Amino acid sequence: MKDIIDRIKTKYTISEVVEQRKNLSFVTVSKEQAISIITFLRDIEGFKHLVLLTAADWIENDKFQLTYLLNNPTEKIDLGVRVFISRENASMESAHHLWEQVATYQRELKEMFGIDFPDSPGVDKPFILEGWEDIPPYRRDFDTKQYSEDTYFPRPGRESNDPAEYMKKKLYPNE
Amino acid sequence: MKEDFKKRTVISPDGKPIEIDPVKDYFSDAKPKVYKPAHPVIEKFANWARANSLWVLGFGTGCGAIEMRPLMTPRFDAYRYGIQWRPTPRQSSVFVISGYLSVKTLKRVVRTYEQMQNPKFVIALGSCTINGGMYWDSYNTINRLDHYLPVDVYVAGCMPRPESLLTGFEELKKIIKEGRGEGANKYAENFDWYKANQKKIIKDWDMPDYNW
Repeated sequence: MKDIIDRIKTKYTISEVVEQRKNLSFVTVSKEQAISIITFLRDIEGFKHLVLLTAADWIENDKFQLTYLLNNPTEKIDLGVRVFISRENASMESAHHLWEQVATYQRELKEMFGIDFPDSPGVDKPFILEGWEDIPPYRRDFDTKQYSEDTYFPRPGRESNDPAEYMKKKLYPNE
Repeated sequence: MKEDFKKRTVISPDGKPIEIDPVKDYFSDAKPKVYKPAHPVIEKFANWARANSLWVLGFGTGCGAIEMRPLMTPRFDAYRYGIQWRPTPRQSSVFVISGYLSVKTLKRVVRTYEQMQNPKFVIALGSCTINGGMYWDSYNTINRLDHYLPVDVYVAGCMPRPESLLTGFEELKKIIKEGRGEGANKYAENFDWYKANQKKIIKDWDMPDYNW
């Protein structure tokens, strides 16, 4: 694993390396170099399989974190490529030319986080939410409880009594 | 509105252009009617017959659908109670809403419910249909089913076992035999209220208002 990261380092800049396990590491790279590094990993280093593409919302740093998790099936190792992108007008280069199925992940991220992937096929089509009008629901500034209460006719809770108060009222109504 | 539902001009087989309006041409836009019960004797007999042949629509809307499989297979064998599963809404009289309903599924459920023939009954399975259950604060699942469809029987639990669902069917039979299974009429009477609630949730309403 270490030699792979060293080989990336000769060509690109890596800001952080986290070794989770012997066969799983994460590298943090810049937005501009990300797709180039992923292409290098796929074509030269044998990370042929994309396990997933996911996002996390770091609202405190005003950043979205994208993670491309890649798998090398012959060596049986995983490498996660982390990219931090700005939260405002969030947009990232599309990777659908490397793996076709990335387009589906990107479509989901567009809907759930509002991260745009220009030129990705079908990225603007609704994925799960049909006709969503609010801010994307996976963003952390979206208040799901408030939204549910405003929208879905919440059932009022059961009426309950404090037993002591109730018995006092029942037994000694004049006091 | 979807592309398929828009008004357009097409060339008919004999070469003449004709205008079609799919929403009006292919679907009914008439509101549902309230049906008055027949003579009490006939109605009592009909209700007895209805109660003893409940045909359930095989549409699993949520995780509760997993409880319907053991129910229709030999372990619990609902067929001995005159309950059987049907593949299409046109043939079925009972709609089991099995668990949570997302907004996307609700749209399909409303459409399916309206395609079912009268008299029709709804069994709401699981806590999610009563108050949202464990998804009570979710951005995408409804909290109360009775705001969108008339519900005859609730089966509480998360998930209820097949035995509970069988009890629910027995309860539904009782209700039908007493002549209280008036869900379809209730839906027709409060049609505007139900439609308003449905449209409040389903933002991209791209189907006719009443489409059987």
